[in-house]
This record gives sequence, structure tokens and C-alpha cells, in this order.
Amino acid sequence: MTAAELKSQFPGVTERPSLDHPAVNVAAADIPALLQHLRDAAGFNLLADVTAVDWSEKVSPRFTVVYHLYSTSQHAYLRVAADCPDNAKPSVPTVSHLWAGANWHEREAYDMFGITFDGHPDLRRILMWDGYPYFPLRKEFPLAGIETELPDPEVVAETGVKARPAPMAGGPFVASSGEMNLGVAEPRAKDESWNERRPKPEGSE
Amino acid sequence: MVSTNTELSYNSKIEGEVIVTRADAVVNWIRSNSMWPMPMGLACCAIELMASAASRFDIARFGAEVMRFSPRQSDVMIVAGTVTYKMATSLRRIYDQMASPKWVIAMGACASTGGMYRSYAVLQGVDRIVPVDIYISGCPPRPEALLDAVIKLQGKIRREPSARKLFTA
Repeated sequence: MTAAELKSQFPGVTERPSLDHPAVNVAAADIPALLQHLRDAAGFNLLADVTAVDWSEKVSPRFTVVYHLYSTSQHAYLRVAADCPDNAKPSVPTVSHLWAGANWHEREAYDMFGITFDGHPDLRRILMWDGYPYFPLRKEFPLAGIETELPDPEVVAETGVKARPAPMAGGPFVASSGEMNLGVAEPRAKDESWNERRPKPEGSE
Repeated sequence: MVSTNTELSYNSKIEGEVIVTRADAVVNWIRSNSMWPMPMGLACCAIELMASAASRFDIARFGAEVMRFSPRQSDVMIVAGTVTYKMATSLRRIYDQMASPKWVIAMGACASTGGMYRSYAVLQGVDRIVPVDIYISGCPPRPEALLDAVIKLQGKIRREPSARKLFTA
């Protein structure tokens, strides 16, 4: 299934550069029709994932919604990507009527990126609590978090606890890839100190 | 002076069915040997918690085998795993529902400090929302470490002035 085959029916479809599986770009408005065609006529009967990308606030279009389809008869994957037309209030049509599993995937994309899925039957947050004011996977949101009130007023009155920015001493925990020594490969804060074995980086104070 | 009595155990005929002791010692002896855990299993530490309850490690040797999933029937909350902010308020409510006296064990790096999750979603140490008695290091700790914490908590309970608290509270 390539962009050329789809083009006869969906003129807006274009080839998308991809390192692994075939991928196509499509306009946001055409998503339900294209995915229904792919499901019913092309055999891509399994929706493996719905996710989104934030290309940063300097880029327009800023948000892209990505669908991963799988065909259980052809054993082939297909990636469908759609840019959200509006950067301030990104939205795309829902596909939860085509695959019931899209329901929670779309809720997660909404929770993390603030992308609304028009026609979704129950678009609530799924991981963060209801009323959380931010969208954590957006580029402007810091990994450590932003101070926020917790949703339970009784507990807050008793303990005074808040969601506070996490201490990032030494940066976030990262795993060193390609490291075979498991003691070293474990996720840890980056060691920025220098010593006999690790020379002082050029240009540092 | 040599006593003819070679019996080392309690003999009700000799002692007249009376034992003299301190109220603290009795109360603490009872409490420390029947700590019913509230298994607050939130992540992989809960697997080690389950292992310590099973036959190989057998937490029953310390009277803590009765995992109660109702906070009203439990004495020690074992927070085993990553506490997200979303879970933190529920955790505090469950702690509030436990009957006094009650204790908390923070099991593992995540429950003690947030562990490797320096993130917007994770409470950086369960002691920010409930008072913690014992911290266990490890990611996850081995069951032996949890048993050590149970023994340490027993030692802590045995030093409490329980009787004074009973009559003054």
C-alpha cells in the first residue's frame, strides 16, 4: 500500500519520508475516510497506536498526529500522519468509531499534548488528573514540572502538599546506549565531574 | 545460694497464675508481633513484597503475614513503589482510614525519594504526604531488606511509651 495507490481515491495523500515502514501524509479532515478505506478495503484491520508529535512552538504546523496501522493478513505496517491545522487549538477528527481501541489512545494524546479529537465520545484526561492545567509532553513544559495544586482539597488542607518541580540535580536520568556493563548501563543522572579517567572537557571553567 | 528450682519456663502452680511485668512491655510485645500490613503495592517493589510474603522468605515469622486490603484492619502501610501525584492523595486517604496505632514503611528508592523518576508526575518521596517510620534502600529492595525493615520497626515499636499514650490520649 503506497501513496501512489491511495492517491486515486484521496488526492491529498502524499508520500512521507520513513526509515522503516511505508508512511503517508494526509490532511486532518480526511483522516476518518482514509483510515476507514484502509481498514475495510486495504486490510489494515489493526490500529496499533495513535500518538502525536510536538515539533516545538517555533514550527508551524506545530502538532502532527500519527496513526500506526497493521494488517494481520499481509503482516505489514503503515504509518499515517496528519498535521493539525491550528497551532493554538490543535484538533483532528476522531477515529474511535472505527476502532474502539482508539478511544484511550486519543485520550492519552489529548492528555499529553492537548490535541482535541472532534467527535470523541469521552475526551477526558487519562493519566494526569482532571483539572490539571498543563499538557506535559508539549515542548515548553519542563520535565521537572510546574507547581500545581493537587485535586483533593481535604488532603491538601491537612498536609499542605503540592505537585512541585522535581529536583533535577545532575540532569534527568538517562541510560547509556550500547553499554554492555550493566552496572554502567543502568539509568542514572549524567556524571559531569572529571577525574583521572575522564578528562576535563575543553572550554569548561 | 543454690536454688533447687531448675525450671526455666513459667509454671502456673509455682507462680500462682500471676505474671508481673510492665504495661509498656506487654502492649508493645503484642503490637510488634502482630503488625498487619496494608500492601500499598504501586510498582515493581510490590513483586518483592509478594515474594517476602511467600514461603521462601515468609514474613509470617515476624507476625506480619496477614496482608489486609482494608485499611481499617491494618497496622503498617508498606508503600511499595512509585507514588504519582495522582495516587498520592488516595494514599493519604488510605493512611487516614487506618486505625491508630499505625506505621509506614517506605519501600525502595521511589517511595523514599522519588527514585529515578525526577518528573512532573511523581511525588518526590512519600514522606511529603504521610509520616514514614522506616525507609528501605534498593531498586527494588530484596525481600531480606523488607524483613530487616520489619525487624527494625519491631525494635522501634518496643521502645514506644505505649502505656503512657494509652492512658493520656
